[in-house]
Amino acid sequence: MVEDQNVTEQNLTEEKSGPKWGRIFAWGGLLALMLLVGLGLVRAQRPIVEVGSPAPEFVLTTFDDQQIDSKDLLGKVVVLNFWASWCKPCEQEAADLESAWQYYQPNGDVVFLGLAWTDTPTESAKYLDKFNISYPNGPDLGTRISQAFNRNMGVPETYIIDQDGTLHFVKIGPFISLQEITGIIDPLLP
Amino acid sequence: MNKHVYHKLPKSYTLLLIIFLLSLLPFGGVFAQENDPNYPSDDDVNAIASQLYCPVCENVPLDVCGTQACAQWRELIREKLVEGWSEDQIKEYFSNQYGDRVLAEPPARGLNWLVYVIPPLVFLAGAIFLYRGFISWRKMGDDDDINEIHSEPENEDAYIARLEEELKNQ
Repeated sequence: MVEDQNVTEQNLTEEKSGPKWGRIFAWGGLLALMLLVGLGLVRAQRPIVEVGSPAPEFVLTTFDDQQIDSKDLLGKVVVLNFWASWCKPCEQEAADLESAWQYYQPNGDVVFLGLAWTDTPTESAKYLDKFNISYPNGPDLGTRISQAFNRNMGVPETYIIDQDGTLHFVKIGPFISLQEITGIIDPLLP
Repeated sequence: MNKHVYHKLPKSYTLLLIIFLLSLLPFGGVFAQENDPNYPSDDDVNAIASQLYCPVCENVPLDVCGTQACAQWRELIREKLVEGWSEDQIKEYFSNQYGDRVLAEPPARGLNWLVYVIPPLVFLAGAIFLYRGFISWRKMGDDDDINEIHSEPENEDAYIARLEEELKNQ
C-alpha cells in the first residue's frame, strides 16, 4: 500500500513538473540562451583598442584597386584616418591632413591612409576631388577595419600607429591644425 | 494710313536670348531621363530602402531616415537600379559595403541562423508546456472533486457518531 502510494505520488509529481526530457530541454535551452546573450554583451562592451597596445592588422583595398597590407607598413609611422563625405567635421581637417602628407611624403617614413566609412563611392570620389587628397584612400568594406579599432566608431577619427605596429595616438574628432598633426608625428621620427 | 513701326531688338537683348537658349541644352538630358518610364521612382527606391537600415543611425530604416548620408544611400540604390541591378544584388552590395547589420533580415550564416531557429523553438516549447500544464490542472481539478465526494461520508459518519454519543449521554 505504501509503495503504491509512493509510486502514485511520484507519477503525480512528474505530471505536474513535466517529463524529464522536457525539463532538461527547457533548462538547457535557457542556459544556452543566457550564455549567448552574455557573450554578446561581453563582446559589445569589449574595450576599444587602447593606446600602447598592438594595432589591429588590416588590409585596405583603395579606390584604385591597390591592396595595402598593414603588415607591410612596419617600420613606418601610419596615420589612419576614418572619414565620410557627409561628415562636416571631416572637411575641417581634410586640408591639414593633405598638407601633412605633402610634408612627410618626401622622406617616406610616414604613410597616410584614408578610409571612407559607410560612404558611397560616388560621394567619396567627389570628396577626394574637392580637397585634392592624394594619399591612398579606400572604402572600409563591411566596416570591418573600423570595428577592429572602435566598436562605437564615428567620424572623423584618426589612429596613429608607430613603426612597431603599436597604437601611439587616437584622435576623436577633427585635427585643429597642421601643427597639431606634426606635433604628434614628429616625436616618433628619428 | 497707319504704319507699324518695327524696332530692331538691341544687340544685348539678342545676346541674352541666345545665352538663355543655350543654357537650356544641358538639362534636356535630365528631363528626358526623369520622364523615362523605366527611370526608378522614389517608390521603387524606397521599396528596397525599407529593407535596409541606416548604417550610422541605429534602428532607423533607410527609407525614413532624413540625414544627408541616408539620402546619398538612397541615391546609390537608384543608381544601381538604373544600371539594371536586381533587389537581391543591391542588398548584397549594401551588405558587402556596410556590413550585415544594414539588412532588415539578417542572412542565415554564422550565428545569425539562431535568430530564425530560437524564437519558433521557444514558442513551440511554451505551447507544449502550456498544453501539459492545462491537462495536469484539469486532472488536479478532477482529483479534488473526487476527494471532496469521498470525504463527505466520513464527515457524516463523524457527525452521526457524535450525535449518537450525545443521545446516549442524555
